[in-house]
Amino acid sequence: MLEQINAARSARWVAILFTVLFAAACAQTKPDGLSSNVKPGTGQDFVVNVGDRVFFEEDQSVLNGQGQATLANQAKWLSRYSQYTITVEGHADERGTRQYNIALGARRAQAARDYLVSQGVSASRIKTISYGKERPVAVCNDNSCWSQNRRAVTVLNNATN
Amino acid sequence: MHGISKTVSVFPNLTGWGRKALAAAGLLALLSAVVPHPAMALVEIDITQGNIEPLPIALPPFSAEGGDSKVAGDMTGVIAADLKRSGLFNPLDPASFIQKNMSVNSTPRFGDWRQISAQALVTGTVIKQPDGRLRAEFRLWDVFAQEQMLGQQFYTTPENWRRLAHIIADAIYERLTGEKGYFDTRIVYVDETGPKDKRVKRLAIMDQDGANVRYLTKGDDLVLTPRFSPSRQEITYMSYGGADPSVYLLNIETGQREIVGNFPGMTFAPRFSPDGQSVVMSLQQGGNANIFQMDLRSRRTTRLTNTAAIDTSPSFSPDSRQIVFESDRGGTQQLYVMNADGSNAQRISFGPGRYSTPVWSPRGDLIAFTKQHQGRFMIGVMRPDGKGERILTEGYHNEGPAWSPNGRVLVFFRDTPGANGGPQVWTVDLTGYNEQRLETPAFASDPSWSPLIN
Repeated sequence: MLEQINAARSARWVAILFTVLFAAACAQTKPDGLSSNVKPGTGQDFVVNVGDRVFFEEDQSVLNGQGQATLANQAKWLSRYSQYTITVEGHADERGTRQYNIALGARRAQAARDYLVSQGVSASRIKTISYGKERPVAVCNDNSCWSQNRRAVTVLNNATN
Repeated sequence: MHGISKTVSVFPNLTGWGRKALAAAGLLALLSAVVPHPAMALVEIDITQGNIEPLPIALPPFSAEGGDSKVAGDMTGVIAADLKRSGLFNPLDPASFIQKNMSVNSTPRFGDWRQISAQALVTGTVIKQPDGRLRAEFRLWDVFAQEQMLGQQFYTTPENWRRLAHIIADAIYERLTGEKGYFDTRIVYVDETGPKDKRVKRLAIMDQDGANVRYLTKGDDLVLTPRFSPSRQEITYMSYGGADPSVYLLNIETGQREIVGNFPGMTFAPRFSPDGQSVVMSLQQGGNANIFQMDLRSRRTTRLTNTAAIDTSPSFSPDSRQIVFESDRGGTQQLYVMNADGSNAQRISFGPGRYSTPVWSPRGDLIAFTKQHQGRFMIGVMRPDGKGERILTEGYHNEGPAWSPNGRVLVFFRDTPGANGGPQVWTVDLTGYNEQRLETPAFASDPSWSPLIN
């Protein structure tokens, strides 16, 4: 199992490295440090340059400093690209029961939503949904995966890439 | 599900032993005078004890007249498998049988059956009727008392043979344990296919022994937590098919589907009331979840809890007077019991760890739950006052117990870790010893037991 995880991680690093090199090659003419092969205002811009997700501790829905910073950046971006409405998806790791995790995911989505509103995003632009533990992004059985799954993801509605 | 007609106790008692004859047998005479019961049976199972020695029972293949000896043999196999799975019976190896080619219409050679230590014996026959239906007859014998304990016959269409076998197994179970059986029942669950991060979930239904799997949804929408109606061929479940994830009703026979209520937000964790006439569930309001009830006839909704917490997984007591649920109002998930109108909520779980998914036994005496402690997931039971906690199984992940209709067996799901892992359905009885996997075609979760069909 451990070997599998390491193999998966190595593969991921190779992919990331490749992306970085590719981005660097394209970015030579633009010194602003952002991935300039991404068109500003697109869904990809939001994901790559702002960050679409924040993470939580086990059984918690309190935002940490990094999460607040990410959401503040999301709010800035959303004020610039006001054509988007968003759905905040709340998720939980697999170390809880189904019904409770649905409610816990909803609580996390609500925490992210409330922070975005406090940063000036109109509540009418935001919808929330919880998927509980039903939509993991990482599938190993230790905290390296569970911590990625305990998340609130801001999804742009009608985004183009 | 229809089309089995039953004729009970039409058989003459082949042994010819009335109670008077039995009374001549010395010690037994005394006992039968004391116990005013029709059959003075020696063979009965006391299932109130903790660890039970399974009762040796012989089930020679039913004979077939004018028909299908395969169906007759298969029926015997289904009956034997039901009884074995209960953990209360030990069906003996047919190779050990001395008396062969049993007829349902003759008295067994009891000595032959005593010699292989059978305490109970079932003989039967399946007869093809001129109109194409099957007639099945069986007799249950007490080998040591040398008398018939039960004789019944049934008529049904050939495709119903499996159900008929379950009905016969229920009759045997009930006669020998004194409790209702649970074999003529079905289990609804969530079928899970595809990789772990892209699971497709469908509602599925199967017989309680895993046969006759049928899919009730197509997998387009995420569906969770199906629960059987205690009174109708109907389930309530959560689906992500609409604008908000919501609680729905689905009629299993007609396929008709409807949303439960018109709530401003996500509803989840539904369960029927004992009369099947209302559904209790959680409504998500911001960061909080509270419990609501909807009367399915009047469509009236009632709020039962109002806290800044996660209140969910409500389950009625069988007398409809109370509801057990889980809440993190005290900081972590714990079990609470309140009156059915929402008043007087009292915490009942006080052990170390988090308690969730409480389900009240149909007998009323116990509440089953999931418990998490130190990274382990357990299935356990406690009395409604919170005392007498017993853990029946524990491991990496166990979740979501549901009761058999006689309150003797719990079905739950157990996940296995890692990318290739997935949930499977298991059963465990109240002793905690008889733990068995229920085979399903794919991964399976959230099992819920139907009431007895017949």
